[in-house]
Amino acid sequence: MRTYRYLEDVVTLECDLEKCIGCAMCTVVCPHAVFRIEKKKAVMEHRNLCMECGACMQNCPTGAITVEAGEGCVRGIINELLGIEGPCC
Amino acid sequence: MSTQITILPMAKAVPEGAGKFSLPSPNQSFVLDTIATAVGEVARVGSTLTAKERRGHYLVRWNIGRDNFTVEPGLYALGEPDRTSHVLVTANYKMTFDLLRREMAGRSLWILVLDTRGINVWCAAGEGTFGTEELLDRIQASRLQEVVEHRKLIVPQLGATGVAAFEVKKHSGFSVQYGPVMLQDLPTYLDNGCRATAEMRLKNFPFRERLVLIPVDITLALKQGIPVMLLFFLVAGFAGNGTFLQAAIFHGLPPSLALLTGISAGAIVVPLLLPWIPGRAFSVKGGLCGLVLFVLLFVVSGGINMDYTFLEKSSWLLITLAVASWFGMAFTGASTFTSLNGVKKEMLLAMPVQFLALLSGFGLWVAGIL
Repeated sequence: MRTYRYLEDVVTLECDLEKCIGCAMCTVVCPHAVFRIEKKKAVMEHRNLCMECGACMQNCPTGAITVEAGEGCVRGIINELLGIEGPCC
Repeated sequence: MSTQITILPMAKAVPEGAGKFSLPSPNQSFVLDTIATAVGEVARVGSTLTAKERRGHYLVRWNIGRDNFTVEPGLYALGEPDRTSHVLVTANYKMTFDLLRREMAGRSLWILVLDTRGINVWCAAGEGTFGTEELLDRIQASRLQEVVEHRKLIVPQLGATGVAAFEVKKHSGFSVQYGPVMLQDLPTYLDNGCRATAEMRLKNFPFRERLVLIPVDITLALKQGIPVMLLFFLVAGFAGNGTFLQAAIFHGLPPSLALLTGISAGAIVVPLLLPWIPGRAFSVKGGLCGLVLFVLLFVVSGGINMDYTFLEKSSWLLITLAVASWFGMAFTGASTFTSLNGVKKEMLLAMPVQFLALLSGFGLWVAGIL
C-alpha cells in the first residue's frame, strides 16, 4: 500500500500489448511504478496510481503506450475549459 | 509549479540553424574560472553556495524574484572533468543548478544546463521545455561530442516526461540514462555504476517537500484573497449601522477572518497533513480542514457567541468551507501523484459546490447586515 492514492478509475493510460516489445523503459521512467514486465510485456500493475505525466509514452519506442498527459493544475484546467491560452501557475 | 496542459510534442530533428556553437558566459557570479577543452574555455563552478545564494533560495520560496532566477544554459565544468567524465543534464532554474552542484561536491563532471526558462526539471519537462529538442540543440551548441569521448548522458528521471531517450540516441548518438528521481540519491547512483534501486525510481511526497511549498501557496492565495477582503470591508462600511469605519470593522472583519481561515486550511493545513486527512479528493480534504479550523477558531474560541445575526454567523461558515475547499483543490497542482483527468473530474464536481457556497455565504452575509 502506498502513502498516497488519488481518485480511482480516472486515468487515460493505455498499453497496446501487440506493439509492446518488453523493453522495460516504462518501468524505468514511471515515478509511481505503474508498470511491471511479465512474459516480456508491460503490464499496468497499478494503473490507478498513474499521474498522467506522460514519461512512459514519451519513452516508448514503439508507441505502445498512450495517455492524455499533462499536469493536474487548477488554473490550467480552467483556462482549458474556458478555451483560453494561458499560463498555469 | 508551472505547467501547461498539452500533449507533448514528438521529438523532431534539430531545425536548421539551431544549436549554433555557444558556451555560457564565465562572467556569472557563481563561476570560479574556466577550464580548457577541445571546444574552448568552459566555465567552471564550485560546490559551495554563498550566503547570498542561500538568501536567494529563501526569497524564491516566498515567490520573490522567482521569475528571473536563472543561470545561462549550456555546458559547465565542476571540479576537474576530462574526456571520460559523466555529463549530467539539468534545468536552468538557479535553485536546481545550485542544489545539483552542491550535492556533487568533490566530484569532477560536466553539467549540461538546458534552457527551461528558469523552471525546474519536472515542471519544465511537463511543458516540453526540458525536452528532446532542447537537449539535442544544447548538445550541438556545446559541441559535446568533442568535449567527451563517451556517448552517455545522465538525465534526471523526472525529465523523462519531456525527453524521448530513443529519439536523442537516434539524432545525436548520445544514449540517455535516467538517473534517480531525487537529487540526494544521485551520489549513490553514480557510486553504484549508474544503477538506481527500485526505491530511487519512486516519487514520494515527504513532509519537508510539502512544507517548502507552503510559502508560495500562501502568497498566491493572498493575491486572490486580499481583494475579496477589501470588498467585505467596503460593503460592510456602506451597509452597516454607525460610522463607515465602525461598520466596516464590525461586519467586515469576521468574514475576512473566515476567508483567512479558509486559506489557512487549504494552503497550509492541507499540505502539512496531506497523508492523514480523510478523503481522496483534495477539495474534500480542504473542506474538512476548513470545518475543523472553523470550529477551533470561531466556535471553541467563543467568537460565534458574539452579537451577530444568525445569517452572518452562517455566512462565515460557508465562506470558510468554500475557500478551504478551493485552495485545498489548488494544491493538486503542486502534488506529485494527482492526474490531469482526476483533477478535471474533481473540479467539475467541486467547483459548482464551492461557487454556490461562496455565493450563498456572501448573500447571507449581506442579508445579515442590512
